[in-house]
Formats: sequence, structure tokens, C-alpha cells
Amino acid sequence: MTGNELVPLIDLGPLAPELPEFLAGLVLLGLMWVVIAKAVAPRFETLYEHRASEIEGGIQHAEKIQTEADQARELYEQKLAEVNESVARAREEAKVRGEQIVREAKEHAALEQARMIAQARAQISAERQQAAHELTAQVGGLATTLAGRIVGESLDDDQRARRTVDRFLADLEAQPVRTAPDGAQ
Amino acid sequence: MSGTHEVVTQADESAVKPKRRASPVLIVLGMLVAWFVITRLTVLVSGTTTHWDSPSANDFIFPGWFGTSWFNKPMFLALLGACGVLVFWLLASRNLKLVPGRGQFFAEYIYNFVRGIGRDMIGPGYNRFMPYLLTLFSFVLVSNWFGETFLFMFPTFSRVSYSYAAALLTFAVYVGSGLRRHGLRYFKVASVPSGVPVWLYPIIVPLEFLSSFITRPVTLSVRLFANMFAGHMSIMVFVGGGAALLTWAGNVFYNVTGVVSMLFGLLMLLLELFIGYLQAYIFTILAAQYIGSSVGEAH
Repeated sequence: MTGNELVPLIDLGPLAPELPEFLAGLVLLGLMWVVIAKAVAPRFETLYEHRASEIEGGIQHAEKIQTEADQARELYEQKLAEVNESVARAREEAKVRGEQIVREAKEHAALEQARMIAQARAQISAERQQAAHELTAQVGGLATTLAGRIVGESLDDDQRARRTVDRFLADLEAQPVRTAPDGAQ
Repeated sequence: MSGTHEVVTQADESAVKPKRRASPVLIVLGMLVAWFVITRLTVLVSGTTTHWDSPSANDFIFPGWFGTSWFNKPMFLALLGACGVLVFWLLASRNLKLVPGRGQFFAEYIYNFVRGIGRDMIGPGYNRFMPYLLTLFSFVLVSNWFGETFLFMFPTFSRVSYSYAAALLTFAVYVGSGLRRHGLRYFKVASVPSGVPVWLYPIIVPLEFLSSFITRPVTLSVRLFANMFAGHMSIMVFVGGGAALLTWAGNVFYNVTGVVSMLFGLLMLLLELFIGYLQAYIFTILAAQYIGSSVGEAH
């Protein structure tokens, strides 16, 4: 420092400002501030906005899908309930129907049984009658023959003998039916 | 299982053993000898020193270049730093993608860091001040780290005028935003704290006024300047002094001590890297806080 310059009241030492550097600092900081404010920060802020809206959109999308899934689940649950109900109904119907079928079959079987028994009885009685007729004739013949052998003369072609046999057999038929052992019944 | 383990450890031990046989004493002795030889060689190569000026405030004064009195090394560094900051952010903000790549991730990390400061300190409406905070943080950080960048080795803000400029601009920003938010009532907001009994006003109001309009810019600038100044000075002491000791003529003890000094200088360098970041962070956070107190409701 020469004597001509203004001498400050206190010597600031390294704290003394220098105008060119001070101005350079201001200008450089201002320049950076302007450029960053115009070009840099807006781009970053736009990016963050985009990102936020993207995330928000994603969340909304997920919510929509969630709603759809809920609706679908409700629908399926409803359908499942319907199906369950119809299955139960069908089962019930089948049960009823089965019982009916069984009953009908039983009835049918009982009728058939009765019919078959009646038929069998009729047949049996017819056969018995037939057998009885045949037997009567044979027994009559045999008895006459036997009697003839015993007596020692032929009883054949004797009108009287034949009548006797017939009467005997008629008595036989009329009387002992109840006392005979009951095989047919 | 345990058998194979044993085999492996035995093999390891046999592989390591030959190295272990060298006793610690021998290693230390060897290092001392190597150290001694290196210091002697350094003296032989670079010649000897007989004189050293301890660093002083004069080491922060640079002559002008290109025949000017004002375009000197600090101004060149300031220009370079500003250009670097601009180029970095312009490149980083070009072609930003929703899903960031590696480079964009890094840039976003820094941007978000400053954004977090703004959001915490200013609150709603902090977006408007993001460019300024980003400018401050980037420029102060880069300028401070120039002090640890070989070839430059000078923190721009250890020239106090740059600190004054940054503090004054910050002052203008927070006073301006306060005036814009509250009008002339801002001066009342800034100097009359709410909830203080009226009879304390004669004491509180001048103090608050002083704090808002004088102390804040002064402390902002002096804090940054003094940290960078002192840090650079301490590095000069340890590195420059270490180099002088290393080649000191006719004193082996000095030469040997010089290595310690240089190593300590390296540690200081690392510390200064941290302090450079810390000061950039503090400057930004305080600027944001001052802006926040200006644009916020009356406190």
C-alpha cells in the first residue's frame, strides 16, 4: 500500500474484501443461479412430477384391477352358491324319486308275486284235478283188477262193479280232503 | 467336515508361516533403514534446503495473469468451478428418464440431497428456492474441493471476497423473499419475535435486528472463509514444512521427521475433504433456514 491510497481505520488483513473478486463471485453465482433456474431445476422437478403421477397412475390402475377382481369373486361366489343349491335340490329330488321308484318296484313286485302265486295255484289245482281224474280212473281200474284177482273172477265190464267203484271214489273225494297231509299248500 | 477344515487350516498356516517367521523387530528395522535411505536419496536428488518461510496470509495473495491485476489463480479457479458446475448440471439434466440410469441416479442423488435440505428448512414452497440452494451447494462444494485437487490446490473460498459475495447474495435472497412474502411487515417479522413481553422489546428488538441483518451474513461468510483459510494453511504447514524438513541440509533427524509430517499432511488433506463438504452443507442449510424464517409465518 502506498501513501496515496485510502487507509482503512482497522487493518482487516485477509478479511479485507477485494472488489474484482467480490464482483466475480456475485456474477458467477448469479449466472449459475439463472442457468440452473432456467434449465436444470425445472427438468428435475418435471421428472419428479412425472414420476409421482406415474406412481399415482399405477396405484389407480391397481385399484381398478382390485375392484374388478372383487367383482369377479363376488360373481363366482354367487354362481357357486347357485350351483350348490341346485345340487342339493337335485339330490333331494333324486332321493325322492329313488324312494318312489323303490316303492313302485316293491308294489310291482308284490303284484307280480301275487299274480305268479295265483297262477301257480291255478296251475297246481288244474294239474291236481287232472291228476285226480287220471288217478281215479287208474285206481278204479287197479282196484277192480285187484279185487277180481282176489275174488278169483273177472270183474271187468261189470256195470255194477263200475258203479260201486265210482261211488267209492266219489265218497273218497268228498270226504278226506281235509285230513290228507297238505303238500300243495 | 471337520477333517477337511483342519487340512485347509494347516495348509494355510504352512503357506503363511514363511512370512510370519520374519520377526516384527526385523520388519521395523527394515522400514527404518528404507526410510533413512529414501530421505537421503531425496536430499541427493532434489538438493538441500536451508531456509523455509512458514505459510502466512501472504500465501493467499496471487499475482494477476495476462498483465491484469485482477485475473489471478483464485479467479481462474472460481471460473473453472462455475463452468464445471454448469456443465455437470446441464449434462445431468439432459434427457432425464423416469427410470434413472447410473449417471442420472448420481445426479438425482445430489439433487435430492439439496432438495431434502430445502424441504426440511423452508417447508412448503421450497421449490422456488431449489435453484439457488443447488447453485450454492454445488459451487461451494466444488470450490472447497479444489483445495484438495492436485494441480489446483487452492480452495476458492479462502479468498474472503468470494465468501462475501456468496453471503451477500444469500442475504439478498432471504431479505428479498421476506419482503415479497410479508411486504414491509417483514422487518417486524424479522426483528420482533412473537411471544416476547413488550417490556423486553428494547433489548430483544435490536438484538434480533442485528442478528437478522448483520450477524447472519457476516457469520455465513466468515465461517466459510475461515474454515477454508485455516484448512489450507494447515495443509501448507504440514506438506510444505514436511518437504522442507525432508530435504533440510545436514540434519538427518529433520529429514526423517519430514516423512511423518508429510503423512500427517495427507491425513489433513482427507480431513479437509470432509470439512469442504461439511462447509458446503452448512452454508446451504443455513441459507435455507434463513430463507425459511423469512417466508414462513411470523415466529
